[in-house]
Amino acid sequence: MPDTQQLPPDATQPTGRPGDGPTGQVDTVAAAAADPARQQPWADLGLKHDEYDRIREILGRRPTSSELAMYSVMWSEHCSYKSSKVHLKQFGEIPQETPAGAMLAGIGENAGVIDIGQGYAVTFKVESHNHPSYVEPYQGAATGIGGIVRDILAMGARPVAVMDPLRFGPLDAHDTHRVLPGIVAGVGGYGNCLGLPNIGGEAVFDETYLGNPLVNALCVGVLRHEDLHLAKATGVGNQVILYGARTGGDGIGGVSVLASETFAADGPAKRPSVQVGDPFMEKLLIECTLEIFAAGLVAGIQDLGGAGLSCATSELASAGDGGMHVHLDSVPLRDSTLAPEEILMSESQERMMAVVEPADVEAFLAICAKWDVEAVVVGEVTDTGRLHIDWHGERVVDVPPRSVAHDGPTYQRPYARPRWQDALQADAAESLPRPGTGDELRRALLRLVASPNLCDKSWITDQYDRYVRGNTVLAQPEDSGMVRIDDRTNLGVAVSTDCNGRFARLDPYAGAQLALAESYRNVATGGARPLAVSDCLNFGSPEDPDVMWQFAEACRGLKDACLELGIPVTGGNVSLYNQTGETAILPTPVVAVLGVIQDVTRRTPSHFVHEGEAVYLLGTTREELSGSEWAHVIHGHLGGRPPRVDLAAEQALAALLVEASQGLLVTSAHDVSDGGLAQTLVESSLREGIGCRVSLAGDPFVGLFSESAARAVVTVSETGTAALTALAGHHGVPLTRLGSTGGDAVVVDGLFEVPVTELRAAWSATLPAALG
Amino acid sequence: MVTFPGSLDDVDAQRAARLGGHEAVPLWHGDHDLRGVDAVVLPGGFSYGDYLRCGAISRFSPVMAEVIDAAGRGLPVLGICNGFQVLCESHLLPGALIRNDHRRFVCRDQRLRIENTGTPWTRSYTQGEEITVVLKNGEGSYVADEATLDRLEGEGRVVARYLDGNPNGSLRDIAGISNAAGNVVGLMPHPEHAVEDLCGPGTDGLGFFTSLAATVLA
Repeated sequence: MPDTQQLPPDATQPTGRPGDGPTGQVDTVAAAAADPARQQPWADLGLKHDEYDRIREILGRRPTSSELAMYSVMWSEHCSYKSSKVHLKQFGEIPQETPAGAMLAGIGENAGVIDIGQGYAVTFKVESHNHPSYVEPYQGAATGIGGIVRDILAMGARPVAVMDPLRFGPLDAHDTHRVLPGIVAGVGGYGNCLGLPNIGGEAVFDETYLGNPLVNALCVGVLRHEDLHLAKATGVGNQVILYGARTGGDGIGGVSVLASETFAADGPAKRPSVQVGDPFMEKLLIECTLEIFAAGLVAGIQDLGGAGLSCATSELASAGDGGMHVHLDSVPLRDSTLAPEEILMSESQERMMAVVEPADVEAFLAICAKWDVEAVVVGEVTDTGRLHIDWHGERVVDVPPRSVAHDGPTYQRPYARPRWQDALQADAAESLPRPGTGDELRRALLRLVASPNLCDKSWITDQYDRYVRGNTVLAQPEDSGMVRIDDRTNLGVAVSTDCNGRFARLDPYAGAQLALAESYRNVATGGARPLAVSDCLNFGSPEDPDVMWQFAEACRGLKDACLELGIPVTGGNVSLYNQTGETAILPTPVVAVLGVIQDVTRRTPSHFVHEGEAVYLLGTTREELSGSEWAHVIHGHLGGRPPRVDLAAEQALAALLVEASQGLLVTSAHDVSDGGLAQTLVESSLREGIGCRVSLAGDPFVGLFSESAARAVVTVSETGTAALTALAGHHGVPLTRLGSTGGDAVVVDGLFEVPVTELRAAWSATLPAALG
Repeated sequence: MVTFPGSLDDVDAQRAARLGGHEAVPLWHGDHDLRGVDAVVLPGGFSYGDYLRCGAISRFSPVMAEVIDAAGRGLPVLGICNGFQVLCESHLLPGALIRNDHRRFVCRDQRLRIENTGTPWTRSYTQGEEITVVLKNGEGSYVADEATLDRLEGEGRVVARYLDGNPNGSLRDIAGISNAAGNVVGLMPHPEHAVEDLCGPGTDGLGFFTSLAATVLA
C-alpha cells in the first residue's frame, strides 16, 4: 500500500481536501439545517429507528454525519449500558465504603479508588475484550490489556500488575487451537512489553465458549492520595491536549459493530474493526503520563478506549464546565485520508486526552517530547454548554455533550425465569452413579486432576512475566496474586478473580454470590483482608428474556452479597451479546476482589511447605455435587442446585485466615472449590512434592469431590494445633483434623494412595499434549 | 543503570544494585554522559519496542557510544536479557540472540551453572556453582558460528550455562558470555529478579551484584 502521507492530497482524494470523504463533501451543521431530509445510514451504524428519532429531537434537526457517528458509538450497548443500567444502578445502594474506610472515588469514574492506608490508595478494574479476541485473538487480547491499563493510568495511578480471566471452548475443539494460543500470546506480548507482572487469572473450558471466548483483563494501580486525577474538563480557557499514538483507521466502529452485535455463523469477517496495539507506545505513554502527573500539569484526564475521541470529548466536557471546542483537523493522523466521522470513531490505541492550564502547556509538551510522545493542542474548555467540533473552519458537531455521553437510551428489557430452569434444577448430580471402591475413587481423582479445568496451567502462565518490577509476592498458581506496594513498610495488596459459570447457570443469583465468595476467600487465604469488588458481567443477548433474567438475578445476587459482606462494587464492565446463534455462553459474572495486607512477609502460601505438619479442613462439607467438576468431567452433566451460599461462614473463615496469617500461625492455606478437597490436597502436594496422609470420616466420595463453599485446608505445626483450634472456636469456624503432611504420595487411609510423581505426570501433561 | 525507552527491569536492577551494596545511578539513553559511574548495567525490557531486531536501535543511542568507549577501557558492563541483545548488536560481545526454538515467550525459574568466576560480575560465586534465577525471554536463543563457539569455550568466556533443560534453544546451553577482557558480560537470565526471598526464587542472583563490590573496591 502506498504511504499516503508521501503523496499530494489530490493523489488519493480526487476532490476536496484530505478527509472530506468519498464525495468530497463534508457534512456540516449548516448543511444539516439546509438539507433536513437527507437519508442517513443510522441502521448500518447500529442505531434503532427510535434512537435516531431521539437524536433528531435533541438537536432539533438531522444530525451531521459526524454527530451521527458519535451518537452511534456512544449509544451502543458497550458504551451506554442501555440494557444493563437499570440493573447496575442497584450497586449504588451499597455504601461506598470499604472495611478500611471511605472510597476516594467510586462508581462512575474510570475505576474506583480505595484507601489502603499509609497515604496509599489502589485502584483496580476488570474489563472485557471478548468479541475482538474471537475475531483476531492476538490483537484482541493485547488491546484488552492496553485498554484496562490506560483506565488505571487515567486515575493518576501507576499500573503495577495485571490478571486475565479467560474462557475457551473445549480443549479438544479445533477452533480453541486457533483462539487460545493467540489470546495467550496477545496477553503476554502486550503485558510483558509494558513491564507489568501478570499475577493471576483463570483459564476455564466449556462448550458454550466455543465461538465466543471470554477475554477479561484486570489491572491494579497504586497512587498516593494527593495524586488522584478525575476525568473532567474544568476551567474555561484550559487547553485540551491529545497525546500518544496517531489516529488511524483501526477499530472504526469497533464499539457498535463488534461489541453490540451477535456473531452470525455466515457473517462477513470483521477483522478491520479490531484495533491493533503498540505496547511500546503504551509503555512510553505510562512513563510520560506519570511524569506529567508528578509535575502537577493536569487539570483533567481521560484515556481513549472504546468510541475513541467521541467518548473522550463528550465525557470530559459533560463532567466539567459543560463545553469544549475542538479543532478536529489538528488531530495527528496515521492515514491522511480519514474523514471527520472516522476520526471521531477511530479506536486507535495508546492515546490519552488531557485538560491543561494554558500556563502549563509548554511544560506538558516538553515532557511528551522527552518521551518521544507526540502531543498536540486540539481544543479548549468553554462555558457554552455545547461540544463544538470544527473541521477546517467548518462546524461539523454542535451537541450538548451530556446527550452523547450520558443521556443515551435506557431499555427495560423484558426478562423472565426461563421455562427450562425448573427442569434443570430438578436434574441433580447427587443422583448420578458414583465411584465406591478405593480403586474407583483413585481413578476418578486422576481423571479430574488431568481434566482441562483442573490441570496445570503453566503452558499458559509461563508465557507471562510474573516477576518484573520485583514486587510479586504471590502469583499463579497461588489462590490470589499479591504485590508489595512499599518495600520499606511491606504494605501490599492481593487480588483474585473467580467465577463458576456452571453454578451461575443453575442459579444465577447464587452463582454470582458464589463467585464473589470464592474470590473473597482466595484473597483471605493469602492473608489479605478483602476490601472491594470489581466485576465483569459476561452474558448472552439481552434481547433474550432468559438471558436478561440471568443478568438481573446475577446483579441482584451480587448486590445482596456485597451488602452482607460489607464491601462495595467499585466499578466494572458489562459484556452482552456473548453468543453464537441461539447458544448463549454460561452466565459468567467474573468477580474480582481486592484485599490489603499490612506485612507481605506474613503472607500465607497455598502449598505444603514442611513435612510432618497437621492438615486441617476449615468449614463444613455437605453433599453438594451439582455443577461440580466431578459431574462435568465424569458424566458431562450439568443440573441441580449449586452449593449453598453462607456468607456469614465466608466472613468468619476469612477473618480466621487473615488473623492466622498475621500471627504466622498457619504455614499454608488453600481454598477448596473446583474439584473439591481432592484437588486442594493434590495442588498443595504438587508444588514442593510434599505428600500427605488423610482420613475421611463419612462418605469419602462426598468428602473428596463435593464443592461446598466456605472451606479451606490449612497446615500448622504440631505445636500450633491448640492455638488453631482456639482461633477456629473464637471465629465459630468448624475445624476437622484430616491428617499430616509428609511422604511422597497423597494417601487416603484405607482407600487409596497416588504417588506425587504420578499426579504430576497426569496434571502437567494435558495442555502441552493438546497445544504442543 | 541505563534506561532506554521500553526498558522494563531498570527498577529491579536498581534495587538489586542497592541490595548488593551500591548506589544505583540512573542513566538516560539520550545522554552523552556516564556520570562517573563505576559500572554499567543494561537492563531487560523491549528497548524501542524491539520491533526491528532486539537491541538493534538501542545500539545507536547516544549513551551507548559512551558505554562502548568505556567498556574498551575496562569499565565493568553487564547486559541482562535485552541488555545482552544490545551488547551483541554493539559488537561488544560476539554472536546473536534469536527467537526461542519453541517460538513462545517463556518465564520460569531456571537453574544455571556458573562457568567462569573470573569476571567482575561473577567473583562472588564458586567455580561450577549451581544457582536458580529467573529466566524470561522471547528471543533468548544464543547463536554463533562454530568457530566463535569454540573460541568462547576455549578462552573460558562462557560465563553461565543452562541446567535441567535448555529453555530456548541456545547453542551449547549458553546462558551468558563475556568479552575477551572479561569486563563485559551478557546474560540472558535475570539475576536481578532473584535477590530477595520474598519476591522471586531465592537470592542466588545477588552474587552478580555483590561481585562488583570486590571489583570496584579493588
